[in-house]
Amino acid sequence: MASLVIAEHDNRALSDATAKTVAASSSVSCPVHVLVAGQNCASVVAAAAKIKGVEKVIVAEDPLYLHMMAETMETLLLSLADKYDAILAPATSNGKNILPRVAAKLDVPQISEITKVLSPDTFERPIYAGNAIQTVEAKLPKKIITVRTTAFKAPGDGGNAQIEKISAAADPGTAKFDGEILSHSERPELTAAKIVVSGGRGLGSGENFKLIEKVADRLHAAVGASRAAVDAGYVPNDYQVGQTGKVVAPDLYLAVGISGAIQHLAGMKDSKVIAAINKDEEAPIFQVADFGLVADLFQALPELDQELAKRGR
Amino acid sequence: MKVLVPVKRVIDFNVKVRVKSDQSGVELANVKMSMNPFDEIAVEEAVRLKEKGKATEIVAVSIGPQQASETLRTALAMGADRGILVKSDAEIEPLAVAKILRAIVNEEKPELVITGKQAIDDDANQTGQMLAALLGWGQGTFAHKLELENGAAKIEREVDGGLQSVEVKTPAVMTTDLRLNEPRYASLPNIMKAKKKPIAEKTPADYGVDVAPRIKILKVSEPPKRSAGIRVKSVPELLDKLTEAGAI
Repeated sequence: MASLVIAEHDNRALSDATAKTVAASSSVSCPVHVLVAGQNCASVVAAAAKIKGVEKVIVAEDPLYLHMMAETMETLLLSLADKYDAILAPATSNGKNILPRVAAKLDVPQISEITKVLSPDTFERPIYAGNAIQTVEAKLPKKIITVRTTAFKAPGDGGNAQIEKISAAADPGTAKFDGEILSHSERPELTAAKIVVSGGRGLGSGENFKLIEKVADRLHAAVGASRAAVDAGYVPNDYQVGQTGKVVAPDLYLAVGISGAIQHLAGMKDSKVIAAINKDEEAPIFQVADFGLVADLFQALPELDQELAKRGR
Repeated sequence: MKVLVPVKRVIDFNVKVRVKSDQSGVELANVKMSMNPFDEIAVEEAVRLKEKGKATEIVAVSIGPQQASETLRTALAMGADRGILVKSDAEIEPLAVAKILRAIVNEEKPELVITGKQAIDDDANQTGQMLAALLGWGQGTFAHKLELENGAAKIEREVDGGLQSVEVKTPAVMTTDLRLNEPRYASLPNIMKAKKKPIAEKTPADYGVDVAPRIKILKVSEPPKRSAGIRVKSVPELLDKLTEAGAI
């Protein structure tokens, strides 16, 4: 049969979480189709058609899908499910919101946040916030899977998938979108950035996060935060890196004023290089950091900014 | 309005989890167990609804071994009115949990089900959404804020890009995120009172639900370890090392 990947997008740009999910999907069941559900999303469709290894892009354009609400996505996916033996979505807030509904209606269990495909029906997934890895075998008529995208490499461009338009499915009318407050930033997206600079409670205030932002901008990095910093109201919730926030795996993760609670480590320990600045030399973050600097961040961050400028960054 | 709050007994979030040497699972013997933290937030939200006069009765449900009755007592001490324990010594997958909950919803007829967005043991993040789908209800997952008005729940959700508001017709399912509220500690008098509140004991068979696992756990292993690297003495040295490592 075939597998279907739910595209993650904002109707303008396709998130690279989609291509990474295609990578996982091609080890589960081929050919791979991508479903783009949205409204006025031609640029997303074009980008999805270019992902290497995608045979077909299925497009459902309708105001119903503008915000990819779980209730309407459920009926759309159920209308397509017969043709696929696997349906996958990136483990984004959309994927996690939508896919369990589909699994329940198809009466199959869901396999959440896979990090490795060992065979078409054997997977690895983290449990206990990444403190243990579960290997599961799912011999199921249909596999419903969310994918931890930091664990997979995007296959790149070069594809030329055919495009098939489909009509909208029924609207159960149980829920409606009522607005959103999204953070707008010129910086790279947290989960896609090559470098992430994160701040913790050590920053002491939202105002002081400017010190983090200055360094991040020199490095073209995304800005992240620990749960403590978000709970203290220094930065919005979408900055949070950790088990209950975003999971990141950049080339460089620079943790500043972050002690390294287990929940935070779960969200960044797969980064290629971890560097930490903290004034407490006993901070657990140093146990996972490749490079640790024991220093007062209020001195170290301005110095880092100046030193980067000196080096032409 | 009646509110149903499913709660799960899990390893306490402060405990360092150890993988068993035979890779059959994680060590549960002599380990402190507590209510799943997200479910605690769910109980708290339900109790606040009752205090505001919006909820009339709070029913807590736990599916698990006999000891899950302690988890129910915690919910009762926080302010839930009664409990239902669905006894099972085996691990039950989220879909089967959702089916048991559906049967309980059909009996109890709550207007709102509030539960944690995920349990911190299996990190599945499925049960609330599955229950909503089985019931044909709308859902507000990863809730940050809840307001009830005229047959609808206005729910602000924590999503990847920030916050999203949805209006869901009740009856509905809501799953909690961290910043919805800060759960209270039960007071001693309330803990004493909770001992007298009723807990009904049931089994999955009472609800006609087959709980045999459909996904086979082949093994549970330790994650790859990261070891501590080196300490640097200054900012320039840090940048030198990061450049050498090709990180910047």
